[in-house]
Amino acid sequence: MFIDEEEDTVVVELYAQQFKWTARYAGPDNVLGKANVRLIEGVNTLGVDLSDPYAQDDIVVSELHIPKGKKIHFKMRSQDVLHSAYMPYFRAQMNCVPGMVTEFAFTPIYTTSEYRELPYMVEKVANINALRTKKSIGLVAKGETALDPYTFDYLLLCNKICGSSHYNMQMKVIVDTPEDYKKWLEDKATIVQEVKTAKTPEAPVDGAKGSDSTKGKDTAEAVVKIAMK
Amino acid sequence: MSAEAHDHGHDLEHEHHHKETFITKYIFSIDHKMISKQYLITGIIMGVIGVGMSMLFRMQLAWPEESFKIFNVLLGDKFAPDGVMANDIYLALVTIHGTIMVFFVLTAGLSGTFSNLLIPLQIGARDMASGFMNMISYWLFFLSAVIMLCSLFVEAGPASAGWTIYPPLSALPQAIPGSGMGMTLWLVSMAIFIASSLMGSLNYIVTVINLRTKGMTMTRLPLTIWTFFVTAIIGVISFPVLLSAALLLIFDRSFGTSFFLSDIYIAGEVLHYQGGSPVLFEHLFWFLGHPEVYIVILPAMGIVSEVMATNSRKPIFGYRAMIMSVLAIAFLSTIVWGHHMFISGMNPFLGSVFTFTTLLIAIPSAVKAFNWITTLWKGNLQLNPAMLFSIGMVSTFITGGLTGIILGDSTLDINVHDTYFVVAHFHLVMGISALYGMFAGVYHWFPRLYGRMLNKNLGYVHFWVSAICAYGVFFPMHFIGLAGLPRRYYTNTNFPLFDDLQNVNVLITTFALIGGVFQLVFLYNFFSSIFYGKKSVQNPWKSNTLEWTAPVEHIHGNWPGAIPEVHRWPYDYSNPAHDVDFVPQNVPMKEGEEVLHH
Repeated sequence: MFIDEEEDTVVVELYAQQFKWTARYAGPDNVLGKANVRLIEGVNTLGVDLSDPYAQDDIVVSELHIPKGKKIHFKMRSQDVLHSAYMPYFRAQMNCVPGMVTEFAFTPIYTTSEYRELPYMVEKVANINALRTKKSIGLVAKGETALDPYTFDYLLLCNKICGSSHYNMQMKVIVDTPEDYKKWLEDKATIVQEVKTAKTPEAPVDGAKGSDSTKGKDTAEAVVKIAMK
Repeated sequence: MSAEAHDHGHDLEHEHHHKETFITKYIFSIDHKMISKQYLITGIIMGVIGVGMSMLFRMQLAWPEESFKIFNVLLGDKFAPDGVMANDIYLALVTIHGTIMVFFVLTAGLSGTFSNLLIPLQIGARDMASGFMNMISYWLFFLSAVIMLCSLFVEAGPASAGWTIYPPLSALPQAIPGSGMGMTLWLVSMAIFIASSLMGSLNYIVTVINLRTKGMTMTRLPLTIWTFFVTAIIGVISFPVLLSAALLLIFDRSFGTSFFLSDIYIAGEVLHYQGGSPVLFEHLFWFLGHPEVYIVILPAMGIVSEVMATNSRKPIFGYRAMIMSVLAIAFLSTIVWGHHMFISGMNPFLGSVFTFTTLLIAIPSAVKAFNWITTLWKGNLQLNPAMLFSIGMVSTFITGGLTGIILGDSTLDINVHDTYFVVAHFHLVMGISALYGMFAGVYHWFPRLYGRMLNKNLGYVHFWVSAICAYGVFFPMHFIGLAGLPRRYYTNTNFPLFDDLQNVNVLITTFALIGGVFQLVFLYNFFSSIFYGKKSVQNPWKSNTLEWTAPVEHIHGNWPGAIPEVHRWPYDYSNPAHDVDFVPQNVPMKEGEEVLHH
């Protein structure tokens, strides 16, 4: 999806690693701070360049919340191998490539609770739960615990073979109303605060933050510019 | 040592020419007919292994939590303790299944068998241009197959990064155990395979250009030869690119270069790689990878054209259109590789270019499908097993081709990329179709290969069970793909969202197991008929092409006397100027006979 430079978007970084997803919000300035895997240290698992002014308000979370009705601009990174951020219910997919930033954008039109109420989804979930109940009877008979009933949630899956546990690399995606989204984001600590509270030696390795850390971002900007033409 | 070298004095005393030992006749043979049989049997053995692997992982997908003794027996305690398949070996099985089926069965097994058998016999040549290089080509293929099979037995397991071996996963042993010794052997095996394939291809090209008999103009060539010829050209253009990708990957893996790797943090440390890009590898891989599917399907198309014309007792419809469409497919095949990479992170503008070129392929493909159907139209159909497999090939090619139009569109592909929808598409359009083409070829030319007939009734059983099971396996796959089920997941139990697709998976596996087991009917038919089949007459299908003018018993040099001269095109079936419904190519034109060739 094409993005105008002036357009008001929510910028979110999706960060892939074997075998989990992490998200980083750009914060009030809506610009992500620079980052590079060479800066990974302690709780700064995404390698964010803590000296970058844009990084000061960045927020790192492990559950993705996005507001309904607003364009979400995803920037994707991977720290080890190829991953693919696949969100089937948004018809969205983009590979995460180590060494570069890839991008994708879409506007969610149903909140999670609205989507759960759609007649086809109600029917699908009822069907799934009927199957799960049937399976649970067998499990209980064998002395195992029954399966939990299922409620629908949007998911982010990995869809590019990425290693042994590729089959279980997922993150819950929650589409909120804009108000709920704001409330959820409000009380999250920024990465800078998190690093401070963890009291890890914060100074990143010298020399690594110069040319390396900007590289990925430059490439990405170039791609966006070409795409917009 | 070319065939020309002993062309002199070929007349009657040919058989006394030189004595052959067991080794020169059956093992290091330079006779194209023997090499063809070697390719076929090696291909069948690899096919049994590849299909067997697919049955194992289909069982895992249908019953992910069950324990099967057969897993433990075949995969051992390390990879299947207590009969439950481990996730690493699942990925290894899909990887090796893909590699074996694409390269060893449908490239070497199909092209190698029929190009070697038919090119000299159908164009009227004593042998390939270089019999010696032909022999080397087969033995390199054999060596690469042996190395690939050896990789199944290394301690950390065989290559398991998918048959597309995208780095960094394939480059870093830290990322997946299979990327250690298993991957090294995979790369070595493929490098040797490519050398073999190039030698074979060059030989086919030179033979078709130089060794055609008198009167065999390019527009009198059977369509089989046209497709083998064009396939060889595509192979020569694209295989070296995969070789270069494999070599660069070997450099990255073993010598610390950074062609495909950059900015990697794995297993708690930053690696030194800087400045490479995995997307570059994807470009190099698919520059072969896409033409490869035409390397697989074109020979099948040629075989089907030939078998259909013979068994419809009608000229092939649109002979020149068929040639033009093969050439068009060959040209387009080299400029569409980006449709495998719509979501790879390459520039989205390129996506629209590749969408355009990809959808253009629908035109020559549709020309071919149309011409096959019009060849059948009002024909005097001889529904023998070869003909049934040919019709089956047209069916699966159309079914699979239709979903290709969806996947070729970059905007639609985003949603279904790497789901079972893709698996269903390519298995139907190039897997099953090419396999049917290969079966059609084996049923049709078995008498030419072994001088005996295959059992027809077993052939019928083989076809109908295969046809039902192939659709039973791959048709439902479209729906689970559209529902969002990703491929290459070892189990879907971590996603309650997909729980309602599990019954479909059981259905698919059931068809896969039945279809797989029934291939034993073919194997029994094939191997028992070699020794006990009914003896074949010289031209059992009443076909026009030159291979049926050679004696049933194989002789070195193919024809005991002079090479037959060609006077007409190969599709003079039901020619009103003649009393019989077929007129072989070596029959001279009658006085005043109209050329029906078009």
